[in-house]
Amino acid sequence: MERLTPAPRPGRWQIGTVTRIVQETPRVKSFRIALPEWTPHLPGQHYDVRLTAPDGYRAQRSYSVASSPLDEGAIELTVDRLDDGEVSGYLHDVLVVGDRIELRGPFAAFFVWRGETPALLLGGGSGVVPLMAMLRHKRRALPDAEMRLLYSVRSPEEAIYRDELGAETLLTYSRAAPPGWRGATGRLDAALLAAAAIDPARGTVFACGSHGFAEHAARLALDAGFAPERIRTERFGPTG
Amino acid sequence: MGDFISRGFSGRRRPPQEVERRLPPGQHLEAGFPVLTAGPTPQVPTAGWTLTVDGAVGRTRSWSWEQFQALPFEDVPCDIHCVTKWSKLGTRFRGVSLDTLLAAAEPRGSHLLARCHGGYTTNLPLADVTGGRAWIATEHEGEPLSPDHGGPARLLVPHLYFWKSAKWIAGLRVLDGDEPGFWESNGYHMRGDPWREERYWND
Repeated sequence: MERLTPAPRPGRWQIGTVTRIVQETPRVKSFRIALPEWTPHLPGQHYDVRLTAPDGYRAQRSYSVASSPLDEGAIELTVDRLDDGEVSGYLHDVLVVGDRIELRGPFAAFFVWRGETPALLLGGGSGVVPLMAMLRHKRRALPDAEMRLLYSVRSPEEAIYRDELGAETLLTYSRAAPPGWRGATGRLDAALLAAAAIDPARGTVFACGSHGFAEHAARLALDAGFAPERIRTERFGPTG
Repeated sequence: MGDFISRGFSGRRRPPQEVERRLPPGQHLEAGFPVLTAGPTPQVPTAGWTLTVDGAVGRTRSWSWEQFQALPFEDVPCDIHCVTKWSKLGTRFRGVSLDTLLAAAEPRGSHLLARCHGGYTTNLPLADVTGGRAWIATEHEGEPLSPDHGGPARLLVPHLYFWKSAKWIAGLRVLDGDEPGFWESNGYHMRGDPWREERYWND
């Protein structure tokens, strides 16, 4: 259990090295970054990334960690390439394996999984990233813990971690399903929440996505009987 | 770390100088008004709404929505800075100065804990919320504040990171000392001055 509740000790700015890049979807990549001053994070925490131009101009953004804190010495950040994204565009178009990148973290201690069970994770689009950190960590640290992920994507091209979603996950395609799909379609709804079968009296909800998705998911959880204080949301502001 | 250069980064999005000088370090310009909330959005009707100032005060004061409307309102043009790195420049709220509200309650302490519907709290030194630097706002850009943005009423302290401008405000508790609120207990800075980049605990 100790590995589930490390004290958050946010680090200083440090220079990490990119060791692996995975193209998850046409607009999403995951970056594995080795850190000289690695600190175990809580699943759900984020890092700040800072870019510096030769003349000193800087740009900063926050990205959720996608990996389990059991991956010692490294973190994985999964980044959605925004159309006009100054930092996400750099990470996608310029950064290659072997490059160095400045970052610090881990930060924020509210939208984090400390081993609460049962847990219901509700993810919309790239909102699945901090939830995947929770799911990956559960599988390694508490494999018997009750955790379900309801993951809503518009189309197959948007499904991140598709081969890794596993038996804990119910995926729904809200606009276009792949040919032959026999699973759920349409928006996240009460029937899908019921299918996840997490007891609202005991469960904790983690909902992450756009503001619209998080608001919709939180409303469904309230309607299903989860108390407001057991519903945590994280909303993607525009990041870029 | 001062001399690290990101290979191949030129900073092509550099804002014009008049914008850049209004952006605190690490912030970028955002044209919209993003919503960040840690839980479900509370629906707070104005019927039955009250704002209470209590704690270390000469007398506890409370205003109903109607009584609050009779207080002196001010237009507040300001720039706002969210700790998630976006800033919105030249926006306009309307509200009642905390100078007015606190004077009525005769504060005896040094700090304030803002309390909100939904359970959110945030702490502020009295020095940061007096002298025309903090308001209870009920309008944004000429419209009533929407529930997403804290309506019907939110705290507005534009010179600090925007998590200090607590949404769905219910009361202001005057305290003898500083006490962390919600985000301040969850990794964020006790004061949150964007110009000093006071984002997290160890900043």
